[in-house]
Amino acid sequence: MPASECAGDDEMAGHPFKGRLMVAKRPISCKTRTMKKLINDVNDVVTDSLFGMEAAHSDLIAVDHPNKVIYRLDAPVADKVGIVSGGGSGHEPLHGGFVGYGMLDAACAGEIFTSPVPDQVYAATKLVDGGRGVLHIVKNYTGDVMNFDMAAEMAGADGIRVEAVVVDDDVAVQDSLYTAGRRGVGLTVLLEKIVGAAAEEGKDLDYIAALAKRVIANGRSMGLALSGCTVPAAGKPSFELADDEIELGIGIHGEPGRSKEKLGPASDMAEKLVRPILDDLDYRGSEVIAFVNGMGATPLIELYIMYNEVVKILEAEGIRVVRSLVGNYITSLDMAGCSVTLLRSDDEMVHLWDAPVATAGLRWGR
Amino acid sequence: MAIDQAALGAWLADFADQIHQGADQLTDLDREIGDGDHGSNMDRGMKAVAALDPNDFASGADYLKKVGMTLVSTVGGASGPIYGTFFLRLGAAWSSVNDAPTLGLALRAGLDGIQQRGKATTGDKTLVDALSPAVEAYDKQADQGISTALAAAAGAAEAGRDATIPMVAHKGRASYLGERSAGHQDPGATSMTMLLEAAAKHLS
Repeated sequence: MPASECAGDDEMAGHPFKGRLMVAKRPISCKTRTMKKLINDVNDVVTDSLFGMEAAHSDLIAVDHPNKVIYRLDAPVADKVGIVSGGGSGHEPLHGGFVGYGMLDAACAGEIFTSPVPDQVYAATKLVDGGRGVLHIVKNYTGDVMNFDMAAEMAGADGIRVEAVVVDDDVAVQDSLYTAGRRGVGLTVLLEKIVGAAAEEGKDLDYIAALAKRVIANGRSMGLALSGCTVPAAGKPSFELADDEIELGIGIHGEPGRSKEKLGPASDMAEKLVRPILDDLDYRGSEVIAFVNGMGATPLIELYIMYNEVVKILEAEGIRVVRSLVGNYITSLDMAGCSVTLLRSDDEMVHLWDAPVATAGLRWGR
Repeated sequence: MAIDQAALGAWLADFADQIHQGADQLTDLDREIGDGDHGSNMDRGMKAVAALDPNDFASGADYLKKVGMTLVSTVGGASGPIYGTFFLRLGAAWSSVNDAPTLGLALRAGLDGIQQRGKATTGDKTLVDALSPAVEAYDKQADQGISTALAAAAGAAEAGRDATIPMVAHKGRASYLGERSAGHQDPGATSMTMLLEAAAKHLS
């Protein structure tokens, strides 16, 4: 629906009061869609936010502002494999919020929903190389893959060994052959934690790259939205939903999903997210790390309701949840909704999940 | 040398202007099937390109390579590497451009670079659907001179752009929509058509 129309218009068709002054039945959906955000200037959103992040977490990180690279205060860490990720901004705390001890060494912040450019990733790679090579964690989007590829070539020309892994956990993308392939979504958070811990323990680049691929092979995600999100530069919501509609199978960039469906109770919504995951990968008899993620505008109280429903489904299927994470960790600006990620875990993954971490977004054991 | 650096500069200044004026339209098209940033990203990149002085470079080849690197470094997303690669390849082929057929070879080198980088082919609902028919139309008219051939290329790009409307996207972010991507004009094909229209105006 174009932004100039409103969901309530049809209800008024043929109404005797149509066109006369009256209190609108659904005033919210008919409001002028003026963007309402706490920003200074649409062009300075990423820049201003990085200054704030650096000020708030000066015990953990510093920021190379010209390159928009967030890095560990103690980078490069000698004799440790460097872990670099990055992507478009607008998914906070991903990725910058996961820079610090036991997780990422550096994160490159692109423009909102736009992958970072090769210069940024190259600068980050040089910054964190402690002599044992660097792992690039790339979410599977056309732009991200191309820009990280170019950066890896540039770093390689400098003699820095780079391995890249591409996260593609989103089961909503069904026809991988005729699309850009599955998107990288919630699993990215679990992956960054697990490989970051392995790097902290001194594992080498080959080991860490193989571990990352094992995590990617064993994790799947699915998300839904209750609303679109508003990119500051666009000024309008990415898509419109009626009051009783959800968008099922969304990514993390405000793009519409697999289908529009009716909103139902949380138990039904959990089914719509968990079932496609279980249909895609055989979780029977396995232990999982379960992650219910908020898209940015859904309160934690609803995320816990969803988590409860997810656990009920998993228990009924004989799948045991050994670790969990609930909260807003990979968001899509002000989108309302959530995603579910299930990682079939082994003892090593759980051990690395439990290892100490000190970042703005995740912190325990240290 | 058929095309001097001033003409290249005028071409890209006009393209930057078209992108700036069309930024909202490009962003709206991208909001329908992508993530709504094609206009602002291309505008940022082309402003940086327009700030380059073509006369600061030793050759047209050097200028075009710098244009490519500037786009790679400023646009981001997929459009940065794709448009950047087009100009890097055009620049690499530029030293042998001295008439209409050799300009055709340089344009084809740009198209090949884009297809290697993005793995897209015609029918995938990308800017290749504007550029590929444009290069073919150019080659057919190359014996008529650069002006005529570029006019044919721009016309073919426009037709190719319009032909993306019913297509189902197979590459890029629009591909996630599957059938729902049909009915929308591809934003990349739209900006690529602007580039070829500007070329037809300024290169001869």
